[in-house]
Amino acid sequence: MLTEFGKIFIFFLLGIGLVAAGLVTAWLLRPARPYPEKRATYECGEEPIGSPWVRLNVRFYIIALIFLIFDVEVVFLFPWALVYRNLGLFGLFEMVVFLGILFVGYAYVWAKGDLSWDKPTPQIPTLHSRVHFSEGDLQTPSEQRR
Amino acid sequence: MMRESIDVYTVLFYFFVSITLVSACVVVFSRHIVRSAFALLFTFFGVAALYVYLFADFLAITQLLVYVGGILVLILFGVMLTNKQINVDIKTGTLHIVPAIILAAAIGGTLVGIAWSNPWMVLPTSSSVKTTAPQIGELLLTTYLLPFEVASMVLMVALVGAVVIARREKNKKETTRDS
Repeated sequence: MLTEFGKIFIFFLLGIGLVAAGLVTAWLLRPARPYPEKRATYECGEEPIGSPWVRLNVRFYIIALIFLIFDVEVVFLFPWALVYRNLGLFGLFEMVVFLGILFVGYAYVWAKGDLSWDKPTPQIPTLHSRVHFSEGDLQTPSEQRR
Repeated sequence: MMRESIDVYTVLFYFFVSITLVSACVVVFSRHIVRSAFALLFTFFGVAALYVYLFADFLAITQLLVYVGGILVLILFGVMLTNKQINVDIKTGTLHIVPAIILAAAIGGTLVGIAWSNPWMVLPTSSSVKTTAPQIGELLLTTYLLPFEVASMVLMVALVGAVVIARREKNKKETTRDS
């Protein structure tokens, strides 16, 4: 068994070695002439403003939480998949119960709309004023620019 | 020949132990929380390798699947979510020193006590050990059927509870839209 994991470890070392070889080769071949503009964070040709560490939307966290639960479910599924032939219909029924209970939670999350991508709601600026405006003034700034 | 292969395993064992210990120390002592989170990756990998040394192959894969693949991602998302002020680094600090010392001493004492009193046995060599996953599956579906189904309930409750807690409050959003 340890030798099987030894094979995995060899793959692991090969992966690390491949990345390291690429980086070292690039480091040996490339000329190193840094200047401030070159060292700046690349942001699609724009000048980066402020911190790159922005606050993520909470939707990523919720999706990660749901993923984690079903990750643990897969851990239970795997040993069952190895032996369900020996146990016959009874084993199948047990797993159906297991998945059925979890499906209740899944259905709840789905029905409550936590799986749908929580989009930000932009506030479109509107003008509430008693002063009489002409048509051109009532347009939003983006429309005026056109 | 046999002697040589054992030596390779021993060297690798100390390699994994040192990775686990060093990265765990980085997790605890690093002042930057993102560095702590990334060092936790190596700690989880090292612990998985130690499980392999204990012939607990299923546990090792579970460690990789759940801790590295799931919990670490969740921790990183948590780190990314928690910075409230821009341009202020989140630093880890030492808080509640006295309760922490008491708790750490209690846990450490328990671990040392277990390690001291446990009759350590030498595990059989790799050739005589089979994979543990089919045995775990059979025991889960026969002897430990009730805990197996209860685990499903616990997972369901955890799913619903975590999502309810983490969900953005809908009422709050509507009031901000009005104002």
